[in-house]
Amino acid sequence: MWIYEKKLEYPIKIKNPDPAMAKVIITQYGGPDGELAASLRYLSQRFSMVTPQARAILNDIGTEELAHLEMIGSMVKQLTKNATIEQIKEAGLDAYYADHDKGVYPVSAAGVPFTAAYIAVKGDPVADLTEDMAAEQKARATYEWLINLADDPDVLDPLRFLREREVVHFQRFGEALRIVQDFLASQKIFAVVMPEVH
Amino acid sequence: MNRDAILTELMELDFMLVDLQLFLDTHPCDQDALKQYNDILAKANVLREQYESLCGPLYSFRSFNRGHWEWYRDPWPWQYSFNVDLPGEECR
Repeated sequence: MWIYEKKLEYPIKIKNPDPAMAKVIITQYGGPDGELAASLRYLSQRFSMVTPQARAILNDIGTEELAHLEMIGSMVKQLTKNATIEQIKEAGLDAYYADHDKGVYPVSAAGVPFTAAYIAVKGDPVADLTEDMAAEQKARATYEWLINLADDPDVLDPLRFLREREVVHFQRFGEALRIVQDFLASQKIFAVVMPEVH
Repeated sequence: MNRDAILTELMELDFMLVDLQLFLDTHPCDQDALKQYNDILAKANVLREQYESLCGPLYSFRSFNRGHWEWYRDPWPWQYSFNVDLPGEECR
């Protein structure tokens, strides 16, 4: 189960509204390489994972991704809080506003609603951990594109923090994959058929 | 220490714990990392108590509420007023 902790993993304190930035940052909430997809991917894959180290890393990175989901939701909320209708229209956030007002709904930057098709649970430990390593690199790249689009230090600072976490997660998944591959190699049993003696 | 100073230091220590926990998951025999984890946890727990006595409960169904139900009260973490400005803006 989970216990809620009434604080963020890293502070989000954005003074100035910027609905254009909210429109793109929301992709890390409900987009293909976002934090919702990450948490569901790892927390679902852990059920069929082998070795205690790899089970633990999926459980714990999946949990940290939920904290990142909360950070991204907080950024979207604070970026839109004091935005005027004029600013929303100028930013191109009017289509989103028509459906959700200033609510935080899981969509990609292009407005596509979240889908479980963004994640995979193959049940094969090597396939799943390899997918996770790619997922961390895709999320890191997304944060870099978002950093390119941002100019406010209040926005850049948490984006840099989140980018760095993807790098650490990639490293830990790589270590877990090596542990799993060593384990699988040690499990192989070779049956030798003895020739019949006449 | 005031609320913001306690929260800032607690967030720093808890972040170290998050990171060390992931490291220990794939390096469970690393005694140096284990010692760091336990030492930081002890420091963080002292700050947790200070924070809760000053600001109310940090955890759902793990924190005591004193006198009345404090848990529901604003600010919640996603609100601007909950959060602290980090020092070192010149490095951003």
